[in-house]
Amino acid sequence: MSTLIDTWRAKLAYQGISLGIVAMFASAALVVGNQLTHDAILKAEADDLASSLAQVLPAGGNDNDMLADTVKVGAGGTAVAPPVTVYRARKAGAVTGVVFQRAERGYTTDIVVLMGVDTEGRLLGVRVIKHAETPGLGDKIEIAKAKWILDFNGKSLAEPAAAKWAVKKDGGVFDQFAGATITPRAVVKAVKGGLEFFAAHREEILQ
Amino acid sequence: MNARDIFKEGIWTNNSVFSQMLALCPAMAVTTTGTNGLGMGLASMAVLVCANVLVAMIRNFVSPQVRIPIFIVLIATLVTLVDLALNAWLHDLYKVLGLFIALIVVNCAILGRAESFASKSPVFYAALDGIAMGMGLTLALTVIGLVRELFGSGTLFAQASLLLGPSFAFLETTVIANFNGALLMVLPPGGFLVLGLLLAGKRVLDAKLERRRPASADFSNAEAA
Repeated sequence: MSTLIDTWRAKLAYQGISLGIVAMFASAALVVGNQLTHDAILKAEADDLASSLAQVLPAGGNDNDMLADTVKVGAGGTAVAPPVTVYRARKAGAVTGVVFQRAERGYTTDIVVLMGVDTEGRLLGVRVIKHAETPGLGDKIEIAKAKWILDFNGKSLAEPAAAKWAVKKDGGVFDQFAGATITPRAVVKAVKGGLEFFAAHREEILQ
Repeated sequence: MNARDIFKEGIWTNNSVFSQMLALCPAMAVTTTGTNGLGMGLASMAVLVCANVLVAMIRNFVSPQVRIPIFIVLIATLVTLVDLALNAWLHDLYKVLGLFIALIVVNCAILGRAESFASKSPVFYAALDGIAMGMGLTLALTVIGLVRELFGSGTLFAQASLLLGPSFAFLETTVIANFNGALLMVLPPGGFLVLGLLLAGKRVLDAKLERRRPASADFSNAEAA
C-alpha cells in the first residue's frame, strides 16, 4: 500500500491534483467558517457600535433606538465624499444629540473618530474607534490608555476659536504627546472637520 | 522520542524564539506588554497544534515537491478560521489582538514545526510537539513582553482582564506608579535589546547548568554544541 503511494507521489499529476484537493478543502472550510461566524460577527459589530454610541453621549440622554434612527447626510455623494450616516439621539421625540464618524489620516492609516454633538454644535464626547498608530506613542488617543480624548468634551467651533483648534505645538489648546504630534494633530483635525460638517448640514441633520 | 523529551525540547532546549531564533517577527512586533505577548502566544499555540495535527494526518499523502504550498495553505486556512472565530465569539479579545492574528501565517515557527517534526511523526506526537512548542513560544513572548512593559510603562500584565476575563484582573499590577517609562523599550529597538539580553541570559544559564552536570553525562548532551 505504502509503496503504491510512493510511486504515485512522484508523479507530476498526483502533485498537482493533491495540491488542488487541499486547496478545495481549505476553501470549503473557509466558506463554512464564514457562514458560521457571519451573523455573530455582524451582531458583535452592532453591539460594538451601540456601546460606542453610548460612550459619546451623556448617560440617559436618549430613549430611542439610535441604530434605527439614522439620516444619511450628503446623499448622492461621490466615492471621494460618501454620504455620512448620522445617528440621532432623541428624548421624548426631540433630538438631543447626534453621533457620526469622521476619519483623518494619522501617522500610519486613517484614524476614525466617533463624535457626539448636541443640537447647538457643542461636543458631547469623542472616541477613537479605529487606528493603527504606534503603540506606546500614538495610542494615547484611546480612552483605555489616556484621558486625553476627554479634553474635547464641551468644546465647539466658537470655543475655542478656530485658530486655537490645533495642538499646542501649532499654537492651539490641545496637548500633543511626547514623541507623537502627528497623531493628536490628526484627531484634532478630524474633530474640527466633524464640527464644520455638522454646522454645514445642521438643518438637514436635525430635521 | 517520548513525551518528556518533546516538552523539554519545546519549552527550553529548543525553544522556538530563544534557541531556534524563529518567530522573531511576532516576538518583536507584538510584545509591547505582557498581555499582548501572552495572547499572541496562546493564539499561535492553537494554530500550531491544529497545523501539526493536520500535517501529521496527511504526511504520507503529500509529495515532497509540493509539501511547502500544501502546508502554507493549511496554515493560512487555520489562521483565517481562528481570526473569524475570535471576531465572532471573543470579540473583546479580538479587539486587542485583531491586528496581529493574521501575522501568525508568516510565523516561521509554525511552518518550521510542520516541516521538521509533524511531517515525519505520528499524529499524537505531532500534537504534543505543537503544545510544547506553543508553550515555549508563549513563555518567550510573555517574558519579553513583561520586561518591555516593566521598563516601558511600569506595569505588569496591563489589561489582562480584556484577554482572560475579569477574574484575571488580579494579574494587573502597577509596579511603578505614574512612571512615564523608557519609551525606547516600547518601540522596536526595545524589542531587539530585550531579546538580545534574554538570549545572552539563557546562554549563561545553560552554560552554568552544563558545568554542574556530572562529567559522565557529557556525551549524551548533543544539543549544547
